[in-house]
Amino acid sequence: MARISLRHVGKTFAGRQGDVAALAGINLDIVDEEFISIVGASGCGKTTLLNLLAGFDIATKGEIIIDGAAVAGPGPDRGVVFQQTALFPWLSVEENIAFGLRLRANKHKGSPDKIVERMLERTGLAAFRSRRPAELSGGMRQRAAIASVLAINPSTLLMDEPFGALDALTRSIMQDFLLEVWEEERKTALLVTHDIDEAIYLADRTVVMTAHPGRVREIIQVDLPRPRRYEMRSEKRFIALRDHVTAIVRDEAIRGAVEMRTSATADVW
Amino acid sequence: MVARGRWRGAQHLIKHGRVRWAITGRSLLLPVQYAAFPVALLVAWQVCAQIGFIRRNVLPAPTDVALVWFDLITGATDAAARYSGTWLDHAAASIWRVFTGFAWGVALGILAGLLIGLSRVMERVLDPTIQVLRNIPVTAWVPLSLVFFGIGNAPAVFLIGLGAFFPVAVNTTHGVRQINVTLTKAARMMGANQRELLFRVILPGALPSVMTGVRLSMGIAWVLVVVAEILAVRSGLGYLLNDAYLFYRNDVVIAAMLSIGILGFVSDRIVIFVRNHLLEWNRLDTFGGQN
Repeated sequence: MARISLRHVGKTFAGRQGDVAALAGINLDIVDEEFISIVGASGCGKTTLLNLLAGFDIATKGEIIIDGAAVAGPGPDRGVVFQQTALFPWLSVEENIAFGLRLRANKHKGSPDKIVERMLERTGLAAFRSRRPAELSGGMRQRAAIASVLAINPSTLLMDEPFGALDALTRSIMQDFLLEVWEEERKTALLVTHDIDEAIYLADRTVVMTAHPGRVREIIQVDLPRPRRYEMRSEKRFIALRDHVTAIVRDEAIRGAVEMRTSATADVW
Repeated sequence: MVARGRWRGAQHLIKHGRVRWAITGRSLLLPVQYAAFPVALLVAWQVCAQIGFIRRNVLPAPTDVALVWFDLITGATDAAARYSGTWLDHAAASIWRVFTGFAWGVALGILAGLLIGLSRVMERVLDPTIQVLRNIPVTAWVPLSLVFFGIGNAPAVFLIGLGAFFPVAVNTTHGVRQINVTLTKAARMMGANQRELLFRVILPGALPSVMTGVRLSMGIAWVLVVVAEILAVRSGLGYLLNDAYLFYRNDVVIAAMLSIGILGFVSDRIVIFVRNHLLEWNRLDTFGGQN
């Protein structure tokens, strides 16, 4: 039984030159504790899809059912990790982690102090607890952001290119950190990324999307054993998967570019 | 070679620090740096008055002003004649007006700024009116406020509040608008209700900009208290200044001017102190925060 189920989901934005379809006919079932990654060329609507799941936007077609109820808005059952780190600059690391727990909506989730302590421990930020976000490195900021989301114990974790702004080395360390946390906390996770290695390395299934409008082109089962280890990236199976996904994404990106060029020419004439 | 070395040094300073402090360095003692200019000014003024370059009843010497000022405050020597010992009452009256007017102006300014910043509807309702009224100099409101409120504290407090209102309203609107949308999204995602969003995200996020407005308002408040006291009330440092002018007591005029300057300066320091206390976080990633 799927925990999250998308049925014929479409999203159209009203543009100046008529409506623009960002997503069309998306069908996807996600089971409990599954890790899904979404890749695609830029402009394929992957962030739009995540916004719909988070409830920041509402689908114009179809429906999204999570735990038996249609998504009507954002809520603490779905934690979102943003690419642009969502830490409050006026709060220290520990105050940021406690932010969600101090809201009325999460009062029943237990003592903030204890949970904050556990999160600081788990994310290795205990020594930086009283630092402000501006005093942290990019990787540590994203750790703190993930900790603040995990603190409210959401059943679903939605991540929008969470490591996109980090350098390659930090990014790979953060991927292992995320895997480690996920192995322990076991949430349903959905990760949007443009990094194909990341998409395969982290996920149970990788959804490849096409652009204009965004559709699901292919869903790839990542049959690599868990727990994942960094060395797996040089194994044959991983490379085969990566080449396969890369081929589709490239194909789509090139087709998208050609389409844009032809439509641009049409506009001129 | 020496010149070249110096040039390198200068390049290094331009790159790595604020040039103006770096050049003087710490070689000059700090008190000297602070005292040099005001002392030079006082000496030049004293000399001008002493040699009769300017007539002493037109520009009294600093020493004369100091003596009169002392009597204004203490009433000990009668040097200030009819104004002897009145300073505290006048200063208290001005300070009361400034802070009362400032308080309501800032409070309403924050309220209006929040409404305009948060709601497009309120922006359409309020903003055009505020933008037009903002361009009327507050001094142009003097005649109308005298007719409306009569002589007394009311027009003074009204004018000061009006002057304080606009900078705070405009800066609060700006502060609300520049809040990172990711932060409001994150708060909503975590389950924040409207009230929590306002008090835990919007207000702290807009605070740096609000405080900029508050500081401008404090400066304007001291301008307007003098205007109001010259025209509308019979107490306060502005009244003292104008009354002494009518009796040709320029020493008292200057003492009153300097009193206003010092009280304005202290008020500004209070605002800065409060701001730095509230916005310690904001110093971390801005240029102003670097020493």
